[in-house]
Amino acid sequence: MKKILALLLAGCMAFALAACGTPAEPADDGGEDTAAAGDTVVIGVYEPLSGDNGAGGKQEVLGMQYANSVAPTVEIDGKTYNVKLEIADNESSNDKAVSAANTLISKGPSIILGSYGSGVSIAASDTFEQNGIPAMGVTCTNPQVTEGNSHYFRICFLDPFQGTVLANFAKDELGANTVYCLGQLGNDYDQGLLKYFQQAAEEKGMTVITDSFPEGTSDFNSYLTTAKNKGAEVIFAPTSISYAQLIVEQASAQGITMPLLASDTWDSNVILSAAQGKDLSIYVTTFYAEGGNPEFEQGFKEWINADSTNLSNNGGDDTIAAVSVMGYDAYFVALEALKAAGSTDPGAVMEALPGVTYSGVSGDISFNEIGDANRTTAFVKTANVSENVWDFVAVQGVE
Amino acid sequence: MGKQLKKKRAPEEKAGALIAVVLLVAFYVFLFLLDNAIPTNSVTVMLIPVLKKSAIFALVCVSMNLLNGFTGLFSLGQAGFMLIGAYSFAIFSIPAGQHDAVYQYFNGGAIRFSIPEILSGVLGENAGAFWGSIICIIIAGLVAAVFAALIGIPVLRLKSDYLAIATLGFAEIIRAVFQWDGLGVVTNGSNLLRKYTNFHDIKIQIGGTIFQLDTLFPVLIATVCILIIVLLVNSSYGRAFKAIRDDEVAAEAMGINLFRHKMLSFVISSFFAGVGGALLAMFQTTVQAAPFRTSMTYEILLMVVIGGIGSISGSCIASFLYIAASEWWLRFLDSGGITVMGTHFDIPFFRDGFRKVVFSVVIMIIVLFFSRGIMGDKELSFAGMIRKIRRRKEAKGAAAAGKEGEAQ
Amino acid sequence: MSEFISANLPYLLAGVSVGGQYALIAIGYTMVYGILRLINFAHGDVFMVAGLVMVYATASLPIYVSVILVIVVTVLLGVLIEKVAYKPLRSAPRMSVMISAIGVSYLLQNCALYFTGGLPQNYPKIPFLSKVIQVGPASTKMVTVITPILTIVLVILLVLLIKKTKVGMAMRAVSKDFETSELMGIKINNVISMTFAIGCFLAAIGSLLYFSNYTSVIPTSGAMPGLKAFVAAVFGGIGSVPGAVIGAFIIGICENIIKGLGWTVFSDAFTFVLLIVVLLVKPTGIFGEKATDKV
Repeated sequence: MKKILALLLAGCMAFALAACGTPAEPADDGGEDTAAAGDTVVIGVYEPLSGDNGAGGKQEVLGMQYANSVAPTVEIDGKTYNVKLEIADNESSNDKAVSAANTLISKGPSIILGSYGSGVSIAASDTFEQNGIPAMGVTCTNPQVTEGNSHYFRICFLDPFQGTVLANFAKDELGANTVYCLGQLGNDYDQGLLKYFQQAAEEKGMTVITDSFPEGTSDFNSYLTTAKNKGAEVIFAPTSISYAQLIVEQASAQGITMPLLASDTWDSNVILSAAQGKDLSIYVTTFYAEGGNPEFEQGFKEWINADSTNLSNNGGDDTIAAVSVMGYDAYFVALEALKAAGSTDPGAVMEALPGVTYSGVSGDISFNEIGDANRTTAFVKTANVSENVWDFVAVQGVE
Repeated sequence: MGKQLKKKRAPEEKAGALIAVVLLVAFYVFLFLLDNAIPTNSVTVMLIPVLKKSAIFALVCVSMNLLNGFTGLFSLGQAGFMLIGAYSFAIFSIPAGQHDAVYQYFNGGAIRFSIPEILSGVLGENAGAFWGSIICIIIAGLVAAVFAALIGIPVLRLKSDYLAIATLGFAEIIRAVFQWDGLGVVTNGSNLLRKYTNFHDIKIQIGGTIFQLDTLFPVLIATVCILIIVLLVNSSYGRAFKAIRDDEVAAEAMGINLFRHKMLSFVISSFFAGVGGALLAMFQTTVQAAPFRTSMTYEILLMVVIGGIGSISGSCIASFLYIAASEWWLRFLDSGGITVMGTHFDIPFFRDGFRKVVFSVVIMIIVLFFSRGIMGDKELSFAGMIRKIRRRKEAKGAAAAGKEGEAQ
Repeated sequence: MSEFISANLPYLLAGVSVGGQYALIAIGYTMVYGILRLINFAHGDVFMVAGLVMVYATASLPIYVSVILVIVVTVLLGVLIEKVAYKPLRSAPRMSVMISAIGVSYLLQNCALYFTGGLPQNYPKIPFLSKVIQVGPASTKMVTVITPILTIVLVILLVLLIKKTKVGMAMRAVSKDFETSELMGIKINNVISMTFAIGCFLAAIGSLLYFSNYTSVIPTSGAMPGLKAFVAAVFGGIGSVPGAVIGAFIIGICENIIKGLGWTVFSDAFTFVLLIVVLLVKPTGIFGEKATDKV
């Protein structure tokens, strides 16, 4: 028996030895005085740079990096600090969320921005909370991100709002009575938005058919056929960009003429290039329509074109994605919060955040009691397949 | 074991066991201090999650090793059983008040009680969360074991790679079922489960002070489970498992009931995979079926291989090294360059994803050139070390004596 | 009736086309398994790499040169993987080789992730294959029609190669009995390299067809088709080329019928249910030879 015990303990010791091999630093080097040391304030960027949402995450980061190049310093309590962006990749995956979040926290951020994709934001939420660091969602639209959390804020609109806008648009502008909804199985963003859309659409008397496809699907022909056979007049598919590309391509090959309707994820030049020259009509709701702020756009395009890495991260051209605009605004809201807090201490920033207001490129930003932005409008855009740009259609609100 | 055997035990064994116990206790004390006394700094903020996660994966690796290394059943269903465990744990520990928020698309869900909460009412908040989560962890293991028993009946008749591919298939089926809207009132469909008890909620009250058990709790649970597996491996059942691994036909001829023993190993392994899944759920603070895909099983398998197939201490060491390297030590490879003594050097090929390339090359080197892994099929044993040191000393002494002799 | 056909023809077309593409991958699995008794988990990723090579090649080369380049690179990659990752383990336990295959798969996916930067890559249009045509009432791409025809032609050629040529005979001998055939003077290593070359050649063709249809390549693009092709190989009786092809078509068509019936959530799970049922009822598959375990 003792030998067994010895073996077992030996097994556990493996841990002990390996763990002790990395000595913990003495306690006097605590986190509180680190910010003052180099006159640098760290803003954590928690975004997906790979995986299903890699393309969107990269564009959102571009907005923040551009903002950082425009305003590299911030004055807090009479002292000028350099702003440093620390980026951690959450790989679009909930199981990597916690360690990515911890990596960020180890860099000592005052506030964290992100993430593109609601699931990963929710997954990291508790980690931020336990470390007392405020987080600000940029384009994560699922209500559960901020609900019941005092530390999570966001600057974009929410899915119940977006779903209603989309349903109204489908009914009023596209004149649809039957809608085919398609989302990825196991993706809470897709499925959540579908639920809100369905609710709003059924209230308006539309018939909704929902379908889900498993992760890794590339054959959408059968789904599109089903949509056609069921007599749908609009296809609503708020999927991530990688699947959107395939859906667009196959819809055109199948000669689908009914409009494709989607949400903020589809607002990307990847979709434009997939749809280029094809006989398709694609409508998306989004946070920003190009032409809203020419000065910003010119600067952003120059910045993108000046660096080949930035250009390829933006999908190969200088089309401005709404998520980049949101990233840009998020950065400035964060600076406002730092100024209002008068300190780089995360706790002070968290207390200051609810009172922050900022007039950004994407509109006026202020927070309600839950921590969500007070937003009452969304932009609807359509893909111009001949000129490879997004055309502005309408500003939609919910009355 | 008889008294005679005990008498024969070498003094090294006693000393070895003593060293092990002392080190383990020291480790627990270190973890306790880490949770309560040592303030967070840039090292501990990474060390703590890595320790938690590697304790969890050590348990899962050992459970896979029981199947693959000790019974010779090549199963690739581990991620599926972890998924069952993670969901079972989460479902039974979401506080009643949170059901409407979590199951917002399913009218608050079907199961509307929380075991930790019920126990909190009886035992007080801290003890309730502690014992409640232990009960939920056991439930998680049992549910996984029941699924394993059902799956095992047909699947365990298959051999080697057919078994591997069938268990892999089952894991994928389980994932699809858990994401299905039809079961949404229980599993929440494609949406996250959250707000259930996590490691941060585990506290104990000693006297008037409340102590956090964030890191100590998962390590304790993992140690207890690994201890049980070690006892099993060294029991007569364990010997039967090894006989099956070495030669099925011979084992059957010796009177070992093949199916019964395979089933036993499969069910026990799945039980602990389920416990591992429950701990992972606590660690992640949210659960979704999507990440429990085949690649998770592959990662676990690679950890087992790196540690050495058939070595429990190897699995533990490997899971720590694997998690620490992939989530902590190698992160700098992704950051565009390295900072040495305050100066930053840009290295062009250091960008996102480079960490994973380096990591997979290292894994391939281990698989190809060190295919026995860190420990082979041996165990880390302090008694063995003492013996080795003593032998070396004796040899040195003898050599010195010899030299002296020559000199004279 | 005509309405029924026009409603359901697209499902069938999609099924046949996907089936053909699975078939081309499945042959690689079945041949390697037949000879080495190894589930080559990296095969699906080789298929994905073929897709990426095409994306990068067409950035600077004309399309038809790229096609040839893709085939050459894929074949070389397949043979290289065998030489580096499987050959040194020839005398090791089967589990080690399989783990090595998993390692290679992991490596290929991570390299792809690194080079693409995690962004989905748009597959170039191959003019002839990407043309949109009308089949009866349904509109589809040319590749949908070409795939089954090309698959069947290639399989017939392959079967002739295996039955009539010396190399083919050597392959059959090696798959029957590894050691004896070595004693008979067959150069085992050449035969194995040849097997990998053929498997990867077909995977390269498969990738051209598959990605012309589904025009986006991501690092995990190969995982699901690879797994399903393997199931097809088991279904048809592993080691049998015609079996793998028939299995692939059955899986492709069933999968799309399931989707048509509205059980989309379980379209992948169905493939695995089928696998398990086949393994339990007829472990050797439809065309597999009966194998006896040696004691």
